[in-house]
Amino acid sequence: MRSLELAFQGAGKVLVAGLVFGAGLPVLYALAMRALTLGSTDTTTADGSGRSQKTVLGRVLAGVLVLVVLGGIVLGLMLIVASGFGKAVSFEHVVPTFVDKK
Amino acid sequence: MTTPHWSLVDAPTVILALVIVTALAFDFTNGFHDTANAMAASISTGALAPKVAVGLSAVLNLVGAFLSVEVALTVSNAVIKLQDKSGAPRPELLSDGGEALLLIVLAGLVGGIVWNLLTWLLGLPSSSSHALLGGLTGAGAAGLGLAGVKWTGDGTKLDGVVGKILLPSLLSPVVAMAVAFVGCWLVHRITNSVMDRLQERYFRWGQIGSASLVSIAHGTNDAQKTMGVMTLALIASGHWERTDAVPVWVKISAALAIAAGTYIGGWRIIRTLGKGLVDITPRQGLSSDGATAAVLLASSHLGFALSTTHVATGSVLGGGLGRGTHVRWSTAGRMVVAWAMTFPIAAGMGALMWWVGHTLGGLPGALLVFAILCVASFWMYRRSRAEHVGPHNVTDDWDRSKDGTPPSTTPTRTPTH
Repeated sequence: MRSLELAFQGAGKVLVAGLVFGAGLPVLYALAMRALTLGSTDTTTADGSGRSQKTVLGRVLAGVLVLVVLGGIVLGLMLIVASGFGKAVSFEHVVPTFVDKK
Repeated sequence: MTTPHWSLVDAPTVILALVIVTALAFDFTNGFHDTANAMAASISTGALAPKVAVGLSAVLNLVGAFLSVEVALTVSNAVIKLQDKSGAPRPELLSDGGEALLLIVLAGLVGGIVWNLLTWLLGLPSSSSHALLGGLTGAGAAGLGLAGVKWTGDGTKLDGVVGKILLPSLLSPVVAMAVAFVGCWLVHRITNSVMDRLQERYFRWGQIGSASLVSIAHGTNDAQKTMGVMTLALIASGHWERTDAVPVWVKISAALAIAAGTYIGGWRIIRTLGKGLVDITPRQGLSSDGATAAVLLASSHLGFALSTTHVATGSVLGGGLGRGTHVRWSTAGRMVVAWAMTFPIAAGMGALMWWVGHTLGGLPGALLVFAILCVASFWMYRRSRAEHVGPHNVTDDWDRSKDGTPPSTTPTRTPTH
């Protein structure tokens, strides 16, 4: 039964991290897409063609959000590289850094 | 240096060669079995053309494989006691030039490959690592007795068949499903106006990004396992001494085998995962792929290793539920059955192969096991050609045929009414 407990603990942690990054980053990406249309004039015609005019504020907001998402991808790459080289990534000092495996 | 009286014709060397070839063959099936995990959603939404998707995934798997400097020599230690803690084979398996251990590894690999090919033929995504560990456990149990199998951990960490195979495979699809459900639901809430839909093509970039992460991670993790098995065989037969490094040619050949397998593309499995469960939209694809990448990387970071296949499938289902679309539960049910059967059947097959090889004994036994593998593989390949699935028809409408076989290839089976 100890295994069951450990498994639920592990799954719980993965669920939290998964929700933060796996749901959070796509949501930020979606917000970036939304920001692109912020305050823009809708020139869409009835048949669905046409394009939206993007505003400066929208573009800046979208850019910031996309940068955060790219940061998430860089973090993912760090985790892969760490596992390949037998290292771990530490979040102790907020900024992720490579450390030796405990 | 190798042993002084090394020659090409002595039995252990030939058996070793068979083990190496079989390990690379397993690595190849591992590649094409798992292409779907990274690329099924991107192919199904048209974010990437089928050939481009498998090409990209193959290159990233290759990159990932070369990133694995760490030696995964003790992979099978979680479930079967073939090695000591350092990864060196147990001494009693090393008489006769390591023949006892080589036969266990060969039989285990054959068990894993046969199950991988059978599930591919049926178009079912199933875990390649469970197939490998199942095969090795079965062959090991046959060779060492059931006492050689590690069922549970010692209580301090998750280990054994229960802790590393059974519990993670029950929990991982649920976790991935929950993450993809929340992500997909929110993404749809945020971008629900007509104008936002014009941005749909941008979602493809998010999809390609997360699919690429999954591909690299796959190359790093899974190629490492084959490298570990090959190195174990080399140590057992006295052609390698170190437990902290992998021979360069092992690394290069394993990396190339998994990349080549990925490039061949398991189209039958891509079709099931990309079209058979739910019809995937770009926004949903982004949510599902994001969930897969995050759950996988988080699980390996937190030391709760999960199977890529179970996570990817859970994510596709969760995304579909989050969007509120129709889910083909019968397909999902067949997958769950395949997951449950993977470890035990690969184990049974591994045990049977060991028994066959051991009964005949020595080189003839190993050759017979290898011959069985060749015949079984060829038969399944022939069967697959009858209802060919490839890049040309992988995204055809699922419901036009009853069992998901693309209609263009099977005109004779199209219902006449």
